[in-house]
Amino acid sequence: MDEVKDAILEYVIEEYADEDDKITFDTPLISSGLVDSFSMVSLKRFLEVRYKISIPDEDASPEAFDSVNKIADLVRRFTS
Amino acid sequence: MNYGDRVRGVYQQQLSDIREAGLFKQERFIHSPQAADIDVEFPAGADIQKVINVCANNYLGLSSNPEVIKAAHEGLDRRGYGMSSVRFICGTQDIHRELEKQVTEFLGTEATILFPSCMDANAGVFEAILTKDDIMISDRLVHASIVDGMRLCSAEHDTYKHGDMDHLEKKLQQFQDKRMRVIINDGVFSMDGDTAKLDEIVQLAEAYDAMVFVDDSHASGFIGKTGRGTHEKYGVMGKIDIITTTFGKALGGASGGCVSGRSEIVEMCRQRARPYLFSNAMAPVIISGVLKTFEILNRSTELRDKLEENARYWRNGLTEAGFILKKGDTPIVPVMLFNAKLSQDFSRDLYGEGIYAIGFFFPVVPKGQARIRTQLSAGHDKHHLDKALEAFIKIGKKYKILGKTEEDIIEMYGM
Repeated sequence: MDEVKDAILEYVIEEYADEDDKITFDTPLISSGLVDSFSMVSLKRFLEVRYKISIPDEDASPEAFDSVNKIADLVRRFTS
Repeated sequence: MNYGDRVRGVYQQQLSDIREAGLFKQERFIHSPQAADIDVEFPAGADIQKVINVCANNYLGLSSNPEVIKAAHEGLDRRGYGMSSVRFICGTQDIHRELEKQVTEFLGTEATILFPSCMDANAGVFEAILTKDDIMISDRLVHASIVDGMRLCSAEHDTYKHGDMDHLEKKLQQFQDKRMRVIINDGVFSMDGDTAKLDEIVQLAEAYDAMVFVDDSHASGFIGKTGRGTHEKYGVMGKIDIITTTFGKALGGASGGCVSGRSEIVEMCRQRARPYLFSNAMAPVIISGVLKTFEILNRSTELRDKLEENARYWRNGLTEAGFILKKGDTPIVPVMLFNAKLSQDFSRDLYGEGIYAIGFFFPVVPKGQARIRTQLSAGHDKHHLDKALEAFIKIGKKYKILGKTEEDIIEMYGM
């Protein structure tokens, strides 16, 4: 599971973080304004391609995408 | 459902939450025409105070221009008060068509369609021209009205880091499988006062077969050598496929907006854009006023030149005093304070000194990026700016932030 979290964290940092943003597994992403809900599209697309899953729109809520840990939980739900 | 105690309680709780979060918005009542000097009642019931306004979108000072007011009066007399119709039933007068022609010529586009506001233009345009087979790729700091417009559209959407051309290129590569790609930007970003690099964006659009959309609401009338907008500044006039803009800021400041660009896109809006189809035509009085603003701008660049000089003077004054500003060369000059409470205290103290400027903080701007956004006007004279500078410096000294770095200020006041 750590490999999944590491991969998601790496993607989130590359895709969304500015130079001085410090993002950890627990950092709130959407509720903090770091990631706007509009930008979740590319994150959802990344997860679906990388983990060969399909995340229904109703599960791709801002709450479910609000930290790397939560995103990893979501991925686990659809891969198990 | 009956509007009983339970329902009322739901809303009262929500309003209370907004207040507790410090996000409750209160209007300040102005008892004079919009101008550099205004009479303000704030809070409600307080004595009226004369203040200098440095937070209006009245960039060219045309909101209360005598020529514009006279033209509006004449328009009212000649063409009446209201249209009582949408455009395509019986709401189009000769002056609506004339304004569309004037805007097209001014912006250097192929055609133009008027909307009740630029908010409506942005809300309607994407849905009218794109389908689920297309992709909208927007800068992450585009205006809320563009975000709403994209939400109403079935096309897929993605974003790129603010002003990051490498990231945009990556996205364009990623979405080459789409039928059409649209790169979406503000010309001037209203919270930061910086501009979209339209020359580079147009190059990428040509390389990756994309259209370019620009909302030039904070640019039309004054950005570029003759005030045509951000596309003039970056030398890409004729290459922007869709421009939306407003008549509610520099161009008279009343209301109304438009989509201007490729003729087919404008025609699609005439057939399908819902805010155009289902809301009233712009009132003749406003059309007449806006027509006069274009006449004034076509006559001379005097106003935009004065605005440019005012912005330079203001930036230099604040920088020399030791404030931290967002970099840029537009009349939007954000004075960075970083801490939300400090931005509110600073704004309140400015008001006490007779200066009207508002503090912005999260969620309007990112966390830890609170600021006072100042906006210059051609209606400001040097004495306005000197008095405002004096007040900023006095309050800057009070809070001991002059000459301090971002780290210093955050250490003193927190994020």
